Amino acid sequence: MAQSTFFGAAMRLPMFRSKGRHRRSFLVPGLALAILVIAVIVALLAPWLSSHDPLAMTPSSRLKPSSDAYLLGTDAYGRDLYSRVLYGARISLFIGVGSTVISVGIGLAIGLVSGFFRVLDAIVMRIMDALMAIPSLLLAIAVVSLTGASIWTVMFAITVPEVPRVVRLVRSVVLTAREEPYVEAAIAAGSSLPKILWRHLMPNTLAPLIVQGTYVCASAILTEAILSFLGAGVSTETPTWGNIMAEGRAYFQIAPQMIFWPGLALSLCILSINLLGDTARDLLDPRMKKREAAK
Amino acid sequence: MLAYTFRRILAAVPVLVTVAVFVFLLLRLTPGDPAAIIAGDMATPDQLERIRASLGLDKPIIVQFFSWFWLLVQGDLGTSLISNTPVAKMIGQHIEPTISLALLTIVLSVAIAVPLGVIAAWRHGTWVDYTVMTISVVGFSVPVFVVGYILIQIFAIDLKWFPVQGFRSITRGIGPFLERAVLPAVTLASIYIALIARMTRAAVLEVLGEDYVRTARAKGLREKTVLFRHALRNAAVPVLTIIGTGFALLITGVVVTESIFNIPGIGRLTVDAILARDYPVIQGMILLTSGIYVLVNLLIDLSYSFFDPRIRY
Repeated sequence: MAQSTFFGAAMRLPMFRSKGRHRRSFLVPGLALAILVIAVIVALLAPWLSSHDPLAMTPSSRLKPSSDAYLLGTDAYGRDLYSRVLYGARISLFIGVGSTVISVGIGLAIGLVSGFFRVLDAIVMRIMDALMAIPSLLLAIAVVSLTGASIWTVMFAITVPEVPRVVRLVRSVVLTAREEPYVEAAIAAGSSLPKILWRHLMPNTLAPLIVQGTYVCASAILTEAILSFLGAGVSTETPTWGNIMAEGRAYFQIAPQMIFWPGLALSLCILSINLLGDTARDLLDPRMKKREAAK
Repeated sequence: MLAYTFRRILAAVPVLVTVAVFVFLLLRLTPGDPAAIIAGDMATPDQLERIRASLGLDKPIIVQFFSWFWLLVQGDLGTSLISNTPVAKMIGQHIEPTISLALLTIVLSVAIAVPLGVIAAWRHGTWVDYTVMTISVVGFSVPVFVVGYILIQIFAIDLKWFPVQGFRSITRGIGPFLERAVLPAVTLASIYIALIARMTRAAVLEVLGEDYVRTARAKGLREKTVLFRHALRNAAVPVLTIIGTGFALLITGVVVTESIFNIPGIGRLTVDAILARDYPVIQGMILLTSGIYVLVNLLIDLSYSFFDPRIRY
């Protein structure tokens, strides 16, 4: 049942409706999607696409520029940069998607309940206000330095500051939706609370959540890289884009490739996700449609 | 207005207290022994005991909270585990470079982004608009440290216009200060410019259709006056708001930028604290920056009626 309502609601979203009122170029979002698909393929197939073991050190070929043997050159320990950047995609995408799913899930649950109960709402929103006042990077740094760094703690550290943003969004949607006649009717008809929240209120939050989710994902990938870059991320032996760049800092003037290639991969991923988010917002936001129609 | 100001300041207090409670609980509710994690694998029992005592972990939790909170209200942010100096003092010693860098960044961002946003809205749907929007999306997506290293490569290493790293206090002359602060400020500004330009464009676009803009044009005012006097002023509120909420991004940027450019500010202090596992310093930074964040947004809220006289309290 839950499954069918989810897809039912999703299929009613404007982006799945066919309408030919105004043409829109899908070139840029198409490119963005292509880049992300490539990134996912690279992450999944890293062991087959890489040319070397990303952890194998070859002291005789340290800090080499790109060559036939080493496509993108080597790092300070003689490890193949190309293979390391490929493997780096795994951590970035895993943490990006994982943090998004967790923070959207938790934020949705808190937001639905808090938007529905006025008394609870006042308390929950004060807590969320306080959480939002803490700069997210510093909060993540504090969590990591208290729990020790692993993929899971980094993911947790990224999730904590993102949750209040999702809560606020879901709550604002629920606040307007709960005044709708169909919700009142459901309450009057004696629907159970979980059913009201999930079947009647939750579908309203889907469209804004899709947009918000893309931004959460981009921000999670960025935060993971920054944490690694600052030495507060996953173990420095793990090839992540942030870790590779952190090691490259000391050698920037002789071997800029260690900053350049992971930086490029990171920027392209974040750019693509943001572009897809913008496209989703343009398609889903009713205010944008009104503006288009007015033109 | 006075009553509103007073109410608004009062409303900020519970937020700050909740931040403090949260920061307090963060250390206490961490699974495992936080003292052991902070001390690292090589710690002796002696060191563990010292850390526990200096964090106050050896007393009941309620006692811990009130004694900690009482000291906090008096401006005591704790003591560094490494250097044994009060965190507030360490922050005081490092804050000047950060403030001068942040101010330069905000001035630079507003000076570049607001005109860009206005022009993009004015030439809505043309190549000018698309160029500004592209710059904005790219600026928002390329991480601060990538921007920083690209700028260093081009302007410091290849063109040799600026020194690669370092910082000179503004008290020692504006020339040497700017010479070293321009690259970091531009780096930091990249994300802010993207954010503000986007918001300015959207806000100006919204008001360009209003009657008073048509009136201003109809009475023969120059386009520049219409745009920057009539449209921009009415679009000021969302732009100000984004500057306030973007403050958190500025903090993140400061931490990263200072470590790239080797600037001895509070961002650098934070990074050193991460590497040295100096938790009290990190905690002090959170309390300080959250406090500034609340204060900045309070001031911005209060300034709305100055920019938009229609807003009265």
